[in-house]
Amino acid sequence: MALELRQVTKVVGSNMHIKETSLVLEQGHFNVLLGQTGAGKTSLIKLMAGLDKAASGQILMDGIDVTNQSPQKRQISLVHQFFVNYPHMTVYDNIASPLRLSGMGKDAIAKRVNETADILQLIPMLQRRPHELSGGQQQRCALARAIAKDSTVVFLDEPLANLDYKLREELRDQLPDLLAGRGAVVVYATSEPEEALLLGGKTALMDDGQVTQFGPTAQIYRHPKNLNAARVFSDPPINIAEVIVRDNQVELSPEITWPLSSNAPKTAGTYTLGIRPNFVVPQKTSASQVALKGRVMVSELSGSESSAHFEMGCNAWVSQAHGIHNYTIGQEHDFFMDPSKCFFFAPDGALIA
Amino acid sequence: MQKRHIVPIVYILFLLLPIYWLVAMSFKTTNEILSGFSLFPQTFTLENYAVIFTDPSWYWGYINSILYVSINTVISIAVALPAAYAFSRYRFLGDKTLFFWLLTNRMAPAAVFALPFFQLYSAVGLFDTHWAVALAHCLFNIPLAVWILEGFMGGVPKELDETAFVDGYSFPRFFISIFIPTIKAGVGVAAFFCFMFSWVELLLAKTLTAVAAKPIAATMTKTASSAGYELGLLAAAGTLTIIPGAIVIYFVRNYIAKGFAMGRV
Repeated sequence: MALELRQVTKVVGSNMHIKETSLVLEQGHFNVLLGQTGAGKTSLIKLMAGLDKAASGQILMDGIDVTNQSPQKRQISLVHQFFVNYPHMTVYDNIASPLRLSGMGKDAIAKRVNETADILQLIPMLQRRPHELSGGQQQRCALARAIAKDSTVVFLDEPLANLDYKLREELRDQLPDLLAGRGAVVVYATSEPEEALLLGGKTALMDDGQVTQFGPTAQIYRHPKNLNAARVFSDPPINIAEVIVRDNQVELSPEITWPLSSNAPKTAGTYTLGIRPNFVVPQKTSASQVALKGRVMVSELSGSESSAHFEMGCNAWVSQAHGIHNYTIGQEHDFFMDPSKCFFFAPDGALIA
Repeated sequence: MQKRHIVPIVYILFLLLPIYWLVAMSFKTTNEILSGFSLFPQTFTLENYAVIFTDPSWYWGYINSILYVSINTVISIAVALPAAYAFSRYRFLGDKTLFFWLLTNRMAPAAVFALPFFQLYSAVGLFDTHWAVALAHCLFNIPLAVWILEGFMGGVPKELDETAFVDGYSFPRFFISIFIPTIKAGVGVAAFFCFMFSWVELLLAKTLTAVAAKPIAATMTKTASSAGYELGLLAAAGTLTIIPGAIVIYFVRNYIAKGFAMGRV
């Protein structure tokens, strides 16, 4: 089973909502669409689901052209960010409704609904209506409806975004198990890089209506194709600074220089350096680390991690480190960065090394 | 009784006084009504109601009214549902302007349309039928129903439609088995307003009918002038005219509150 997009575009008025996109999404793992709000994740999902018409290009399911097929005929299911259920039906009827439409027998429906409800802990609520449920239960009901159906593609459009933290973690852990063995292509849209990393599989980075990079999630995280991809796939945001490479060394400022390592550009010139906040730490842990100085503006403590936003020259950087570190706001602190973890981008944004 | 109860009680009594007077009169004889002031019926009689329920010229007035009001409500809602859906879900050229112009129909007094309707219906042979009144009232009721329903539909996320299509619902099936039940409060409110307007509207109903479809309100005015002052009978007819409205209000009272909360009623 595979879902293939060939040079698909979508135009609304004179705006290009989705720029030419080609993708092959396969079953057996999560296909994550990662991008900020407004990047076109939902637009792309609507195109793939047949809810919107593509301006040009082709959409294929298992090699069959479905570009002009209505969503009703595509054998797909969809879970929205908002909890969408049929308000006048009980939870049981909600889960059963797509099955009834597909002409499944009554006993088979009852069996399937109960199985799915059991996994999603909805058994005690089967006779209730959606508005009598909590937000998490409502979304579980929507998930159950999507999963119970024999779909060839399951679209999950930020399904966990409106849930509270605990529920989100719980459902995120369950999702891969729920969808495993279904034989469906799973498309999962999210704006959180962390979620993409946790779900694994493959990730398509989206920015401004375009898929900028697509491939195995870990590989994309380690090798962002360009500055934009690195920005999208980093939370907190990736630290960026202009650097000059000359005389076999990298120069961040006249005082901060370090010798060229294997990942640095070979030719002299001006480059954009990018480094993830977790490689900028307040304590020196290895000899190769480069010392920085910055004025701490904000510091945050989130459970086992401390992060500090600091200003260094004209750059605002973030440091993220395990353990509890105390910063004095407004004071200069030392930070250490690992030069082997730096990305170097050319002036046009492309990754050099 | 506490002091703060006095004002509302006085106000309610003030509101109920004319209704009480009407009901009290309907149980009196005409002689008693004409003889002077009496708070309660001195000689309690059901004669007035008996006349209405046995005389065809009276009870047909009610049947006629209920018939054209029902036809009108059904047509208005049936036409307004898809129209309101289009206004709430699609963007098309001139949608906002058209939506506003719908309402302007209600700004003209009904009398303006009495003559054109009379001439038109006489020409096509619709004069003095229930359809004549029902269709004439649609001119006012469909825009109102579209306006009210659009408000309720706007409160239903578009994602519901999308989910249903993806789940395999065809459009007609989705509309009837998912969408309408979802906005049933709105349908109730819209139907109530169509019913009430059509039930109390007298001018068009009277102009467009003669004998066969004469509404109850027209029957009442005629009896008053021809057979002297049968005040008891008229009061009984008036009392019976209030009842259908009261029943409908009872059923939609919760929905009306919701409609007001959504700012569309």
